[in-house]
Amino acid sequence: MMDFWIILTAVLVASACSILGCFLILRRMALVGDAISHAVLPGIAIAFLMSGTRDSMWMLLGATAFGLLTVFLIQTLQTSGLQSDASIGIVFTALFAVGVLLISLNAQHIDLDLDCVLFGEIAYVPWDTWTLGGTEMGPRAVWMLGITLTVILLLIGLFYKQFKICAFDPAMAAACGIPVLLFHYLLMGLVSMTAVSSFESVGAILVVGMLIIPAATAYLLTNRLGVMIGLSVAVGIVSAVGGYLVSYLLDASIAGCIVSMAGILFILTLIFSPSHGLIVKFARKREAAGVL
Amino acid sequence: MNRETKRETAAAPLSVTGMTVAYQKKAVVENVSFTLPEGRLVALIGPNGAGKSTLLKAVLGLVPSISGSVAIYGDTYKKMRSRVGYVPQRESVDWDFPTDALDVVMMGRYGHLGWIKRPGRKEKELAMNTLEKVGMADFARRQISQLSGGQQQRVFLARALAQEADLYVMDEPFAGVDAATEKAIIALLGELKRAGKTVLVVHHDLSTVEEYFDHVLLLNKKLIAAGSVETTFTPQLLHETYGGKLAIVSSGGREALVGE
Repeated sequence: MMDFWIILTAVLVASACSILGCFLILRRMALVGDAISHAVLPGIAIAFLMSGTRDSMWMLLGATAFGLLTVFLIQTLQTSGLQSDASIGIVFTALFAVGVLLISLNAQHIDLDLDCVLFGEIAYVPWDTWTLGGTEMGPRAVWMLGITLTVILLLIGLFYKQFKICAFDPAMAAACGIPVLLFHYLLMGLVSMTAVSSFESVGAILVVGMLIIPAATAYLLTNRLGVMIGLSVAVGIVSAVGGYLVSYLLDASIAGCIVSMAGILFILTLIFSPSHGLIVKFARKREAAGVL
Repeated sequence: MNRETKRETAAAPLSVTGMTVAYQKKAVVENVSFTLPEGRLVALIGPNGAGKSTLLKAVLGLVPSISGSVAIYGDTYKKMRSRVGYVPQRESVDWDFPTDALDVVMMGRYGHLGWIKRPGRKEKELAMNTLEKVGMADFARRQISQLSGGQQQRVFLARALAQEADLYVMDEPFAGVDAATEKAIIALLGELKRAGKTVLVVHHDLSTVEEYFDHVLLLNKKLIAAGSVETTFTPQLLHETYGGKLAIVSSGGREALVGE
């Protein structure tokens, strides 16, 4: 049963991250995903201090608020003339530092292990259960991730065409009357929600891997957005399950194994992809040279 | 639906009054006012950095303007959005995006579909028709990164046609295209004109202005002049627009103008 909960958690994290990751990399915002996943830390800490509990609803709200604040601050710095990479670097490290500070200052009040926040400890997930009216409902993380994934599927499903055109051609989208800014913040809100729901399992740092690697792998395999999202989720799930099995065999960090597995799948795709792979590209070059 | 009554009230396709746009306190477009006559092909010309693209974007509400108002067929852009088709600069999007030509053209319908509705068979048919019009039907399922620059430009034009608008705004559609595409665009402009549409085009090549367009707007931050090609596309006004950056080459009794 323990294994089941851990694998389910990993699969949920992988699915949520893989879907959002597609939109992030197509909008060239991979690093903003990175920034959000770190900058939600003060949100988690403040929600902890204010509510005094590990109540997930509070954490979700606090972290989402900080996620959106991060995006807003990055944009404000950019429009005031700072380079985009520098803006991202300043905002997320500063907010992350505030989070670390808050947690270490209030260590006696906060039942939150900094190592766990950073690197995740998915093995503890089954013990942290949610009780409703005396009935045990299963691990809290599974519920949180389940809700997050449902919201993602619902919003992306309903507004697929808006998310797509905002990623491809925001100017055209705006000219058509699509509220580009709203969908931008909606996407960023979803990334924040995912980051905070995932931090217990894969941690603030490795969640970036799950956001970017499966999506980047899928990008190398297809020329259609719908297919890319599907493949991305598949890569995410294979990494989650495969990574768990490897960690069992090696007795190593589960989150580390999952992201390493995703990395291996990416490298294999980079080499062997039938459309974008290095081998195919090399063969095409040879062929072209042969023709000449 | 009541387009006829609209025409009777004689509201111009596009009327801009006192438009000023600034980037970080530096004015890029200064106090520009003009009115486009209906059913004409209009070239917006001026040197690099004259604010041509910016003016278009401000008209469409894509960049904020400091002052000025825009009327489209006598009403606000917000209300008249569905009557405007926009062709952005080709470089403004990522052509490596995982999608094909047909899919991009269907995006032209998104504004008409409302919040929830997805493009269906009707949209697909319309998109195929417009691809046909620009000679790209054979490339409908081609991934967009595998198209040449000119073909990509034609996909963008097809997308604007799919918007079924009355006023078209095009940002440098002729920039860096091959001869076949240039021909296709000219044919398309002629067709739009015959259908009574109004087209505003940012244009760079001064040597083709007289051949392709009826009307010109000369812009260099301020509007230098606006009017028919015969009265406004004159060496004197062009000099005023381009300053010292314009060379007039005389050959065979005919003057050719070379911008920058």
